[in-house]
Amino acid sequence: MILDQLQRLGQWGIAFFERLGRAHLLLLQMLSGTFGLLRRPSLLTAQLFNLGVLSVLIITVSGLFVGMVLALQGYYVLADFGAEESLGATVAASLIRELGPVVTGLLFAGRAGSALTAEIGLMKATEQFSGLEMMAVDPVKRILTPRLIAGLISVPLLASMFSAIGVLGGSFIGVGLQGVDEGAFWSHMQSTIDLQKDIYNSLIKSFIFGFACTWIALFQGYDCVPTSEGVSRATTRTVVHSALAVLGLDFMLTAVMYGS
Amino acid sequence: MKAIRFIEIAVGLFMAAGFVAIFFLAMQVSNLSITSSDETFSVTASFENVGGLKVRAPITMAGVRIGRVSNIIADKTTFEAIVTLDIDAGFDQIPDDTFAKIYTAGLLGEQYIGLDPGGSEEYLSEGGFLEMTQSALVLEELISKFMFDKAEDNAFE
Amino acid sequence: MQNTKESQPFVKIRGLHFSRGARKIFDGIDIDIERGKVTAIMGPSGTGKTTLLKLITRQIRPDSGTIEIDGQLINTLSHSKLYELRMRMGMLFQSGALLTDITVFENVAYPIREHTDLQESMIRRLVLLKLEAVGLRGARDLMPNELSGGMARRVALARAMALDPEIVLYDEPFTGQDPISMGILVKLIRQLNDASRLTSILVSHDVAETCQIADRIYVISDGKVVERGTPDELHASESAAVKQFIHGLPDGPVGFHFPAPPLADDILAPAKP
Repeated sequence: MILDQLQRLGQWGIAFFERLGRAHLLLLQMLSGTFGLLRRPSLLTAQLFNLGVLSVLIITVSGLFVGMVLALQGYYVLADFGAEESLGATVAASLIRELGPVVTGLLFAGRAGSALTAEIGLMKATEQFSGLEMMAVDPVKRILTPRLIAGLISVPLLASMFSAIGVLGGSFIGVGLQGVDEGAFWSHMQSTIDLQKDIYNSLIKSFIFGFACTWIALFQGYDCVPTSEGVSRATTRTVVHSALAVLGLDFMLTAVMYGS
Repeated sequence: MKAIRFIEIAVGLFMAAGFVAIFFLAMQVSNLSITSSDETFSVTASFENVGGLKVRAPITMAGVRIGRVSNIIADKTTFEAIVTLDIDAGFDQIPDDTFAKIYTAGLLGEQYIGLDPGGSEEYLSEGGFLEMTQSALVLEELISKFMFDKAEDNAFE
Repeated sequence: MQNTKESQPFVKIRGLHFSRGARKIFDGIDIDIERGKVTAIMGPSGTGKTTLLKLITRQIRPDSGTIEIDGQLINTLSHSKLYELRMRMGMLFQSGALLTDITVFENVAYPIREHTDLQESMIRRLVLLKLEAVGLRGARDLMPNELSGGMARRVALARAMALDPEIVLYDEPFTGQDPISMGILVKLIRQLNDASRLTSILVSHDVAETCQIADRIYVISDGKVVERGTPDELHASESAAVKQFIHGLPDGPVGFHFPAPPLADDILAPAKP
């Protein structure tokens, strides 16, 4: 009985490392296609549209509401200490340091990542990848690389939009509705938020989240069992793995960036 | 062809909006706009106790920001805190007997350094030293002092 | 020199072994595909006919044995050499494998755009000619999901022919087609083969249609080549496996039953906990 369990654990472990290895090999293959992409910028444009432009609506609307909620909640807590003028700093710091990159990463995984997995998985299931190979076209470089690069470019931009809209939403609630002094709101924010420590780190965070989410989505699609059931399971896995990756990476990055 | 053109325009707008967002965060939300004063000179001052003063805290004169704290270290021999102040180069006529105090913005706010100009003919310049300082108000000290005074008052009565 | 190369088979397979897990799919088979001929590979479902095509195009690699295409040993070909070789090959997939997000026209233009720097007007002319050959010039603006199965396969055929390959591989081209489109495909495959001096490999289990167009037929069963020859020779074959396959008999060397313990044992056995 125990031996059986051990054996199963061992098999599971081997399968895990095998997948991990395949994921990294795929990453290398995708990255090796980056140069070829320079000659075909139209491929990248199309994917920037799919991954970036089509995610703008959900990102900006979410950013607006998150910013407004932060301002509402923050106001009540800060008002107890008579520190309402710190509202701008609170809202901006939460958005730029954490919520912008993290929520954007999660939304991107749900909106674009799942779609990527389904698209790639279906292409595999309908032999389109084999078809490309037989046309002497490398499907990894032709199909996957532009999507990876587009994800890398899109997520930091989306996260910045999220934070910017969130700050505007926060100022709308804080200054417009709760009557915090406008000058204090902005000046406190400006003296708290540091360009290097906060804004650059926010960009780095969102870049890494974008990388992780896109990589996971593409790998799950490329590695899925080419049946309708396999594609649907891969899609679920993409969202779950991406969410875990974003949150786990966020903890590590925060510890490195803001620790000590 | 029309569809391709639409996609290109949309992607162009997307990229532009993204960079506008980054620019907005950098200029409007962060302290980039206040650090833009390129030229500064630094002077040091020693305080008995800096309280909650942090590096990058503002330095003000008559309530107007004229620089920021760039370094805080403890002196090994005098056991005082040595604070380095970066002051905007434009303010080159601050008397060298200026009084530096640590203030608190609001009851729980950030601490900052306020400069009260003295009457000396000599001006502060790079490497200067502020001799006259007043430490931060530490709440516990204030309270204990208040209690002590109260107790003394009571004793006299 | 030229002469000897011409007389050599285009594809030469020797001692091919391939297994998937514990299941042996090919157990040492030798096949010659002659130039300019239509060679059919037949066999019951599950004998790995599609796998054979994948091996020939090196989408997968054999366990042992050699595959030579036009004198080049493909087992050890480098990535770039392999892609060069694949540009001289066309493959018709069972599902068509058309790219679903672009039109019929763009699908056929795809390999041309990928591998040549032709002018747009030239590409248009080429694509229209290829589509005309399969009778679907009028369908150029349709999306793949608007096509019937037979039409999709004809578009895929036009795409496979787009770069004027020297060899075309057909994977089960007749499966799931109505009699009319089956007839069209049979006619097209023969016509294309003769008109452009192609070499064709046809994988199928549709006996009647395959016998109509094939010059030579290989019958594979249980991982081995059990018979080879022209359609007539095949019909005259004495081999039990070939007879069963050609005449569609329900039982014979290929059993009706999937391997299992005897029925009585199985039924009387206690249910598993």
